[in-house]
Amino acid sequence: MKTLSELNKYFIKYKNKLALGILFIIISDVSQVIIPFFLKEAIDSFKENITIESIVKYALFIVVAAVISGIFRFFIRETIIVVSREIEYDLRQDFWTHIQKLSYRFFQNTTTGNIMAHATNDIAAVRMYVGPAVMYSVDTFIKSIIVITILISINPLLTFYTLIPLPFMSVAVYYISKKLHKKFTKIQERFSDLTTKAQESFSGIRVVKSYVREKREIYEFTNLSDLYFTSMMDKVKLQAFFMPIIFFITGLSVIVIILFGGRMVIDKELTIGEIAAFVAYIGMLTWPMIAFGWVMNLIQQASASMKRLKKMQSEKSEISDTEITDYSINDISGKIEFKNVSFKYKEDLPEVLSNINLKVNNGETLAIVGHTGVGKTSFVNLIPRLYDTVLGDILIDDKPIKEIPLNILRKNIGIVPQEAFLFSDTIENNILYGADIKDDNLLKEVSKISLLDKDVESFPNKYNTILGERGITLSGGQKQRTSLARALAIDPKILILDDSFSAIDTKTEEEILINLKAFMKNRTSIIISHRISTVKDSDKIIVLDDGKITEEGTHDELVAKKGIYADIHFKQLLEDELKQIN
Amino acid sequence: MIHNHDDIVGKAYDSTLMKRLLGYIKPYKKYVVLSILLNLIVAGLGPLRPYLTKLAIDDNIEVGNYDGLLTIAVLLVISLVLQSAIQYFLTYFTQYMGQKIIYDLRKKVFTHVHKLSLKYFDKTPIGRLVTNATNDIESLDQMFSSGIVMIFSDIFIIIWILFFMFFMSWDLSLVTLSVLPFLIYGTFLFRKKVREAYRRVRKHLSRLNSYMQEHVSGISIVQIFSKEKEEEKRFSEINNDHKKANIDSIFYYAIFYPSVELISSVAVALIIWYGGRGILEGVVTTGDLIAFILFTEMFFRPIRDLSEKYNILQTAMASSERIFGLLDNNTFIENPENPEELENVKGGIEFKNVNFAYNEENYVLKNISFKIEPGETVAIVGATGAGKTTIINTFTRFYDINSGEILLDGKNIRNLRKEDLRKYISVVLQDVQLFSGTIKSNIDLNSSKISQEQVIEAAKTVGANSFIENLPNKYDEIVKEKGATLSVGQKQLISFARALAYNPKILILDEATSSIDTETEMLIQKAIEKLLVGRTSIVIAHRLSTIQNADKIIVMHKGEIREIGNHQQLLAKKGIYYKLYQLQYKDQEVA
Repeated sequence: MKTLSELNKYFIKYKNKLALGILFIIISDVSQVIIPFFLKEAIDSFKENITIESIVKYALFIVVAAVISGIFRFFIRETIIVVSREIEYDLRQDFWTHIQKLSYRFFQNTTTGNIMAHATNDIAAVRMYVGPAVMYSVDTFIKSIIVITILISINPLLTFYTLIPLPFMSVAVYYISKKLHKKFTKIQERFSDLTTKAQESFSGIRVVKSYVREKREIYEFTNLSDLYFTSMMDKVKLQAFFMPIIFFITGLSVIVIILFGGRMVIDKELTIGEIAAFVAYIGMLTWPMIAFGWVMNLIQQASASMKRLKKMQSEKSEISDTEITDYSINDISGKIEFKNVSFKYKEDLPEVLSNINLKVNNGETLAIVGHTGVGKTSFVNLIPRLYDTVLGDILIDDKPIKEIPLNILRKNIGIVPQEAFLFSDTIENNILYGADIKDDNLLKEVSKISLLDKDVESFPNKYNTILGERGITLSGGQKQRTSLARALAIDPKILILDDSFSAIDTKTEEEILINLKAFMKNRTSIIISHRISTVKDSDKIIVLDDGKITEEGTHDELVAKKGIYADIHFKQLLEDELKQIN
Repeated sequence: MIHNHDDIVGKAYDSTLMKRLLGYIKPYKKYVVLSILLNLIVAGLGPLRPYLTKLAIDDNIEVGNYDGLLTIAVLLVISLVLQSAIQYFLTYFTQYMGQKIIYDLRKKVFTHVHKLSLKYFDKTPIGRLVTNATNDIESLDQMFSSGIVMIFSDIFIIIWILFFMFFMSWDLSLVTLSVLPFLIYGTFLFRKKVREAYRRVRKHLSRLNSYMQEHVSGISIVQIFSKEKEEEKRFSEINNDHKKANIDSIFYYAIFYPSVELISSVAVALIIWYGGRGILEGVVTTGDLIAFILFTEMFFRPIRDLSEKYNILQTAMASSERIFGLLDNNTFIENPENPEELENVKGGIEFKNVNFAYNEENYVLKNISFKIEPGETVAIVGATGAGKTTIINTFTRFYDINSGEILLDGKNIRNLRKEDLRKYISVVLQDVQLFSGTIKSNIDLNSSKISQEQVIEAAKTVGANSFIENLPNKYDEIVKEKGATLSVGQKQLISFARALAYNPKILILDEATSSIDTETEMLIQKAIEKLLVGRTSIVIAHRLSTIQNADKIIVMHKGEIREIGNHQQLLAKKGIYYKLYQLQYKDQEVA
């Protein structure tokens, strides 16, 4: 329960609205509770010869009281429940702001599903506590006190008899909904088993068909279906108690009133009107009593969710500005130096890069070549500090990058990652994602360099065409070219192409490279590629193997060396030859 | 476009779909009849109590009859107990029936999907099929369990209430019922508004979720471009829209619930006014009046329930349309009507002028002819996209060829039952597919024909036994989704063991290209050698050792067979194979 006190700061933020809401509950409850009183007065007055006018008066009183109660009941929801939505908003916003700051490593180790579960389920559970739980507990509390006081004032003994069954209802609701919650969880698990089985069976359809295992698959799916059915019925068995118990207990209370109250009326200790009032009051207490049991569960669930949210909130961001950050740096020019740099992803994992030493001067182009998994991407990820080095330093303009404010560093580095990730937004917004201003000329210019302009012309809404599920799907090559344009649009001092042309054919690539040449003048570029044609004109080429630089030099030098580079070069010539054969 | 549950705005009733859906109820007819009967009884028991209350007041309390009052109280208790008990079983039965029906349907869909040919799978995202077999069916639950039968319940309750009311006083009934149109109109209007509001909420929620999903996946882009501030702002806009949509929907609830209370209070006021006059005139009793007040409360639930049925039907129609769409799809590879028997398979394979295209025009196999003698090992080599995998796909009849013939022991495979054909073939695919279960179940695929000894034997032969024995639970070690706990090499060995455990006449192997450590590579090489012994084998080869040991190498290039021969012959030819060799295999010579 303690974790829920974390929410106090949010409650305080909306304290006025909440206080108002509680006031409205009181007003509404009072006017609602008056109604049975008028009912009693009216019924009892029939015994004494009264006029039609006074009957009408009672009827009107009832309507007026109902109207007042109704109006305030409206405002209760418009305050307390609205506040719960406001707090939900705040919680989610705080959650997201925090998540965004976490380092790349966190996202590598946490599944998207996990983060989403926190952001939706847990926040929703907390919201239920903040809104409905608060509303109903206050309402129950106030209403019960008023109603019970009135009942006692009418007849303490009958009150006692009548109220005996009601607490059982709260307890029953509490236990049933608690158990139901568990059964629901079970059902969800079983359902996800079913889904997993279907997923596996359908995606493994080739194996299933090859080994003629269709019958077995169906059999297993049927078994899981059986289990699901069983747990569903298990829930139904319990859930089916819910309504009967509620109307059994309230019905019992009413029967108690009729039997004992009836006897009291015969003994002239009570009036018929009072019986009617009792029945009406019991009706009024029913829902709060049910709500009470339910609310207790809400609180427990909210508390568990809050704990999970808090855990997520306490994740520290590994990479951020620190006390050594020199905020006077507001620009970089692009000279890069690696000094004895070593890197590994985790303490107990082997080194991905070991003892790298390298200098790239302002305006130079560095190419990195090597087989898959030798550390090329890790190498470039260190420059914009997606990860920090484990040993050694990376210097830009002779300053350790940890001293450069993170946003200055990153704003000056244009990365075109291996996987061209684009947002489901317009092409324009994707290209100008990092640009400070939405400039049409810039948009056109970078699209032209990336050879994207002709493609865009063929899209239905040109640059306003939306990408992704709700729009058009780009080909792999188009994605990569968009991603390139995006990197160019920030006017970077350092341009990093991490195997960015893998889905683009050689001819188009060559054209892009020619376009890029002018752009890359005065900028430092780092190009990772599998294609020799992409890298051969670079100022410097390094070959990475097993985390170390094994070859370094220009194209001609490396070809002469007859090492890994020369081998890759030779194979590509062969591949081209093969393609020529018809 | 992917179907989105939130955007359902379709019709709530379609007689063709409905008829078909109701067909699934047939096996459970007796439950339906029983439920309706129980409904009829239970619906009367609730409204009976206000009437008994009236009797208690008028005939006993007013006249001082203690015993009569006790009798009525006992009757009340009996009706209450009966109502509770019947209600319990009623809920149970209807839910049982609903669950049974969707259970049947789920099985049917799953079975159907397994009959579909790979052509269908190529075109359909797996996720959509999974949704069809699970979520779509799930959303029919409500219609079957509470929809159909409960409509009767709600109607019966209303009829019973009206019956008792008119029995007691028809004019007081009419006065009281004058609020009913407001209640009905209000309820249905509320449902409609809430449905719309809820749709907006769902829309914004799914926007919110896809924003988060997308930005968690693309977090590196956000961070690299230093766009955290801007994204925070954009998130806050979406978050805010979601909040606003929710607050809008609060409005309807805030209006509706108090209105219902108000309407029932107005009814009470009317009863007091008109009934009070009746009492003064002596035509209405106090008991009548109190019973009527009790009745007003009872109207609300059935009317609210009825208004919900619309939603339930709408969802059911949308889901069933998709489900039936899938069930109506008959992209099957059919078995011949009079299949040839396949016995004592020797394993001779022949392709005769085979042409094949996945899509209409693009021929992936062009006039392919070759012959493999029983027991031979044939390696197929070629660059990516040369058509190697397609040869396998057509031979196992995952796809049917456009023209030509494929023969097994001289029999056209089209004249064989698919199941018979595949029984004699084991295919090991490049992408190892592991299923949730144990190591053992991944080797025997839960076949009862394969004993524990055979599983171990197979694992031993391929050299998987040693690492399996080192697992905490050995062969019973749980394999998780996608086999995350096992290395690539280990997974491959398991798939070899699987192929071997089935002891096929023909083995088809698509060698994986992924690089693995030398030790595992050695293991795998040895395993492959063992696999190939004593059976006809077709290997899409990436290993020099496999090629060198093959009896025959088929060189594919752009959908055609360009060269056939053994390693030495082909090298001497200095053609395509020679180039491929230098490109792909030469490096392996050292190893």
